[in-house]
Amino acid sequence: MDFNLNLILGQMVLGLVNGAFYAILSLGLSIIFGLLGVINFAHGVFFMLGAFAAYMLSEVFGIGYWPALILVPLMIGALGVVVEVTLIRSLYKLDHLYGLLLTLGLAFAIEGLIRIVFGPQGLPYSIPDSLRGAINLGFMFLPYYRAWVVIAGIILCLSVWLVIERTPLGAKLRAATDNPQMVQAFGINVPVMLTLTYAAGVALAGIGGVMAAPIMSVDPAMGTNIVIVVFAVVVIGGMGSIFGSILTGLALGLLEGFTKAVFAEASSTVIFVVMVIVLIARPRGLFGKMA
Amino acid sequence: MLDIADLDAWYGESHVLHGLNMQVPDGKVVSLLGRNGAGKTTTMRTIMGLMGKVRGRLSYEGTDLLKLRPDQVARKGIALCPEDRAIFPSLSVHENLMLPPIIAQGGMSVEHIYELFPNIKERSSSRGTQLSGGEQQMLAIARILRTGAKFLLLDEPTEGLAPVIVQQISRTLAEIKEMGYTILLVEQNAHFVQGIADIHYLIENGHIVDRLEAGEFEKNIAKVDKLLGL
Ligand SMILES: Nc1ncnc2c1ncn2[C@@H]1O[C@H](COP(=O)(O)OP(=O)(O)OP(=O)(O)O)[C@@H](O)[C@H]1O
Ligand SMILES: [Mg+2]
Repeated sequence: MDFNLNLILGQMVLGLVNGAFYAILSLGLSIIFGLLGVINFAHGVFFMLGAFAAYMLSEVFGIGYWPALILVPLMIGALGVVVEVTLIRSLYKLDHLYGLLLTLGLAFAIEGLIRIVFGPQGLPYSIPDSLRGAINLGFMFLPYYRAWVVIAGIILCLSVWLVIERTPLGAKLRAATDNPQMVQAFGINVPVMLTLTYAAGVALAGIGGVMAAPIMSVDPAMGTNIVIVVFAVVVIGGMGSIFGSILTGLALGLLEGFTKAVFAEASSTVIFVVMVIVLIARPRGLFGKMA
Repeated sequence: MLDIADLDAWYGESHVLHGLNMQVPDGKVVSLLGRNGAGKTTTMRTIMGLMGKVRGRLSYEGTDLLKLRPDQVARKGIALCPEDRAIFPSLSVHENLMLPPIIAQGGMSVEHIYELFPNIKERSSSRGTQLSGGEQQMLAIARILRTGAKFLLLDEPTEGLAPVIVQQISRTLAEIKEMGYTILLVEQNAHFVQGIADIHYLIENGHIVDRLEAGEFEKNIAKVDKLLGL
């Protein structure tokens, strides 16, 4: 092992970039699981589709990064509506396992389809001009774009959290998570709420995909690759805890970066080691309420 | 008016309501008295559209409620205060109060509700489930007064509460009745409903066995006590 403080700090900052993606994705998963009781294994695919949508908007229509940040989540959200209404809706009365199987199958199917259309290789997506360059932090040169991802990712997650915890809309969501029947008996159309929640959760993944496009390889497997780590994050944080998923996502990104600096060989496994330890010590996860 | 005729309802295979008949006229308080398991809560759930399998007639102001989803029933101006009170644990007292959407004009203002239930005002930032049983019951009633619903379904509002709280709820109901609300009041406490209901229905094994006007209640009290197993 080699302790070079600058290297450690540098890797941790970069780890925070991954952490921001983990947070955005596990936040969406948590919201969806909390209300719908569905473990959305297709989440990574919506992240990947977000990146591909940004790529296509740019290639076909010449629409750049900033408009894509608005347009893509709308497109992915609309797709989420279709998926919820045609497929997921019929599973609510069944065991969680069916939702898991369906979304996993859906993930394979969509990923396969994208691979057929675009091929397996990574596609280029450029960093927006306004975010080119880097800032000297003393211990490292941090590209502006990565700084943007961290800051925007954290702001995005905290805004979603604030909406859920502090607004009447969020109160409806929390109430429906507690007792959907009663919420519906008060005159709220819960089936529509479930649809919109699924759409919002996957739209978040879509935004993540756009943000990832300039720094990750835009390829059909990008969703699966990241979502495996994200599921570990969710298990560590505890299914269904909104704030827990944000905090855990960021913290594990930092941990991954730290490990990369001190013991690079372990950096891709450290999160899973933590997962095993947490599962043994606290099976519900660090912030989890549910079994 | 709510008109129930030949109503049957099932939980899965188990047949719980058997040809239920009752009417709740506008502006009246109607009690539904019966023992544990008689089918009182099931009647409420059926009205609210929460039962899976039902048969018969159930109309409110001429609309067939059996065709509607629970949220659509609520939009007709019918509101439920359930037996378990269903205070949402993730919401503060104030959020619980504000959760049900306004479905018609003429609901009570929050100020008026706080006047009626000062305890709730004091505890408005607490978690809903940190309230005492009596306070939770008041919150559950208060919650449906804001929405403009004119037809209230109250399922055993006095269950498990101390006599002073029961008195307070009794005074509140008298006040609500005065304002012209229609109330279907499920109870096992005959004394409590005696002071407030205009019509009493007695239910046993999922059907109505008797209907008493307020004036006839006293001389039939032995029958009521027997029905309630007292
Ligand atoms: N979820 C359910 N599944 C199956 N049977 C049920 C269910 N809920 C109630 N029952 C049955 O239906 C019958 C009527 O129940 P209901 O809850 O309507 O009674 P109740 O009059 O409200 O009683 P209580 O005074 O105890 O609240 C009972 O025999 C009960 O066992
Ligand atoms: Mg009952």
